[in-house]
Amino acid sequence: MDKTIIIDKAVIIIVVFAVTMLMAMYATLAERKIAAWIQDRLGPNRAGKGGILQPLADGLKLFAKEEYEPNTPNKFLFKFGPFLAMTLALMTSAVIPWGDKFHLFGRDIILQAADLNVGVLYILAVLSVGVYGIMIGAWASNNKYSLMSGIRAASQMISYEIAMGLSLIALLLMTQTLSMREIALQQSGMNWNVFYQPIGFLIFLICSFAETNRAPFDLAECEQELIGGFHTEYSSMKMGFYLFAEYANLFISSTIIAVLFFGAYNYPGMSWVVENWGVNIGNVIGIFALFVKICFFIFVYMWVRWTLPRFRYDQLMNLGWKTLIPLALLNLVVTAIVILLIK
Amino acid sequence: MIEILFYILSTITLGSAALTVLSKNPIHSALWLVVSFFSLAGHYILLNSQFLGMVHIMVYSGAIMILMLFTIMLMNLNISHEVSKPFITKLVATVAFCLIGILMLSIVMRGAQTYDLQYATSGQDFQSAHVLGKILLNEYVMPFEMVAVLLLLAMIGAVLISKKDKTEKGA
Repeated sequence: MDKTIIIDKAVIIIVVFAVTMLMAMYATLAERKIAAWIQDRLGPNRAGKGGILQPLADGLKLFAKEEYEPNTPNKFLFKFGPFLAMTLALMTSAVIPWGDKFHLFGRDIILQAADLNVGVLYILAVLSVGVYGIMIGAWASNNKYSLMSGIRAASQMISYEIAMGLSLIALLLMTQTLSMREIALQQSGMNWNVFYQPIGFLIFLICSFAETNRAPFDLAECEQELIGGFHTEYSSMKMGFYLFAEYANLFISSTIIAVLFFGAYNYPGMSWVVENWGVNIGNVIGIFALFVKICFFIFVYMWVRWTLPRFRYDQLMNLGWKTLIPLALLNLVVTAIVILLIK
Repeated sequence: MIEILFYILSTITLGSAALTVLSKNPIHSALWLVVSFFSLAGHYILLNSQFLGMVHIMVYSGAIMILMLFTIMLMNLNISHEVSKPFITKLVATVAFCLIGILMLSIVMRGAQTYDLQYATSGQDFQSAHVLGKILLNEYVMPFEMVAVLLLLAMIGAVLISKKDKTEKGA
């Protein structure tokens, strides 16, 4: 029994890892295609049919590029930064419920690497240490522009974490549980949390933009104005790791939004499908539904990036501290009062 | 299995704590301290206290240490910048720290017997957030509120201190 669980979990972890990598890889292509579509261009279309091999070509290019290292006394930390960014980007996927119970080989398999009873807190904890990858890399570059950019990124992430946490608390007041799996189960049918927590969802979405360092909050990078950003000194695959970690983060945070607010793997009529066509088919459609939701949110991220101009840094901080945090607090208090009245 | 994990974690905790003290570079010290905090969270999880472990990572590794790294990075501390303190200051600091250590040790030694485990015996999962919240807001509501007021005071104090310069300039 013990052995089968270990094998199950190992398979789930490896598959989730592979899927995350694949999604991150093709998110780079999707980003360029969507940018092209919004700007009325064609986008990459030379490598493979319609540019389908472009991510592979990009990866190959990054591997083949010259590896340049700045003259820094912290060689180890310089290499450790991108590695940490990538690890932390992938760690969050451990508590995400990708599907309900499968019934295979005469036993139930739950598509989740770890069903922690503090799953939501785990996500917040990983997010809060996610800054280290950027900060360590920026500092070890031994370049003041990198350092300033790293500090910019870190203060932005810390500021938006507060509003994000507060909007999650309002959600948790309703779900009464910290387990991701139970939150997913509660949203069966069309009982999605976004209908009960629209303001909370909006705050969470905006904070996710800031947490993943994407436009309109991509002040960590600012290619045009602020000299590259924290990865100025990085080249070759180390640079690639930072860029890749960003897309992995994009995928994971879209998944978290879909699971927490948009009903995870639930879709209308799921119970009917499970009753008539069996558990496994119902679940396969569920996983498909989850990925449709995830792809939609990845699209929203890109849509916003190519539509809105970048915020100025003081505007960013004002939005975080003076608008989102009070709004999240208000949302929290109103939610608490409503729950108290209903009970 | 758990014993092996405990020994590995303890080695990491003590080793990184020692390196925190021994590192010459303040940033390396801070990073070793982060490693130490992480392994402490591992200890909490080994004790089946997942909630505490996660909150520990969030508060200590995530918030406090990042702010500490901020300050160290921006202050640009170097050995050449460091003011050499007189011997008597070092001595007093060491003695004071040892006294605090003895105090904490004695508290732990005495407190070990008086832990009330009625929640464990009543069959409830006394490590879960549900039960923890109930205990904090029923039996320990007074200390809980006191800590909240203390944190608020610290925050207001910090704002007040950082604002002081402005009013002086204006006056």
